[in-house]
Amino acid sequence: MARKTRGAPEINAGSMADIAFLLLIFFLVTTTISEDKGVLVKLPPWSDEPPPEMKLNERNVFSVLVNANNQLLVRKQPLDIDNLREDAKNFIMNPGNDPMMAEQPTKAIISLKNDRGTEFKTYIQVYNELKAAYNELRDEESRIRHGKGFDNITKEQQKEIRAAIPLVISEAEPTDLANE
Amino acid sequence: MGMFAKKRGKAEPAISTASLPDIIFMLLFFFMVVTKLRDSELKLQVNTPEATELTKLEKKSLVNYIFIGKPVKKYQAKYGTSPRIQLGDKFSEIEDIPKFIEEHKLGVNEKERPAVITSLKVDVGTTMGIVTDVKTELRKANQLKVNYSAKPGQKK
Repeated sequence: MARKTRGAPEINAGSMADIAFLLLIFFLVTTTISEDKGVLVKLPPWSDEPPPEMKLNERNVFSVLVNANNQLLVRKQPLDIDNLREDAKNFIMNPGNDPMMAEQPTKAIISLKNDRGTEFKTYIQVYNELKAAYNELRDEESRIRHGKGFDNITKEQQKEIRAAIPLVISEAEPTDLANE
Repeated sequence: MGMFAKKRGKAEPAISTASLPDIIFMLLFFFMVVTKLRDSELKLQVNTPEATELTKLEKKSLVNYIFIGKPVKKYQAKYGTSPRIQLGDKFSEIEDIPKFIEEHKLGVNEKERPAVITSLKVDVGTTMGIVTDVKTELRKANQLKVNYSAKPGQKK
């Protein structure tokens, strides 16, 4: 072609945008922005033998029962789920040295038992509240010890606090009263 | 181009679109990174519950998914309306879980196998019976790290 022969000819980049758009739209359509979050739980290992009977001091056990109607029985008293977090925190830390509550946070055990007819939603709510109680306690402890929230302290410090307030939620085999 | 050449001097200069591809590419890369290609069709109605104490699942390759819920309308005639389990893209029985976990673990680097997490995507309306059975099966298969999938909810 009769062109003024000076300088290398430019490559037309105008269609690049179209190609990129095409790809963009493809990914837009196939995207499901993954909201992969959840309540992390560690299950106990399976053993065929029944676990050995352990003699636990009753004051250290915070028992939570959930029945098939999604009602809570906490330490033999019916309780609304909105109060569960506060009650659990009180029990674990035992600020008033109540002889009916945990001796020390390290000795506190939360025992959770549900029915086969319990709704999954309630189960998660209960588990979430218990976990929240521990997380709040750890955060408070971290503020006292280091003046910062639990998320902002070093890994070592987090480990120490985790050891001081260990999360122990023991789950019993569910009942089957609802004949689900 | 020639058309513009003639008018040169009179008309206002054209806005350069040379950086447009760059902008689009930037968007493109963003979506490529956040995309997870839908690899299996969901045959169950799964509406996960809300919770506040959430942990993010970081490495997608270390996660396997178990869905529990009612079959969607299309499959109700065949599979009924009681809660079922879906592994991968098919309806499964509880006995299939160990094999499913094992198959997933085979595809994972040996060093990383202890970090494998099972994500349970359970519908809110499901009763705990079937969930307990799944949990028991996971314990028997020695797959102890479990994540109950949930949506972020309101803090109280």
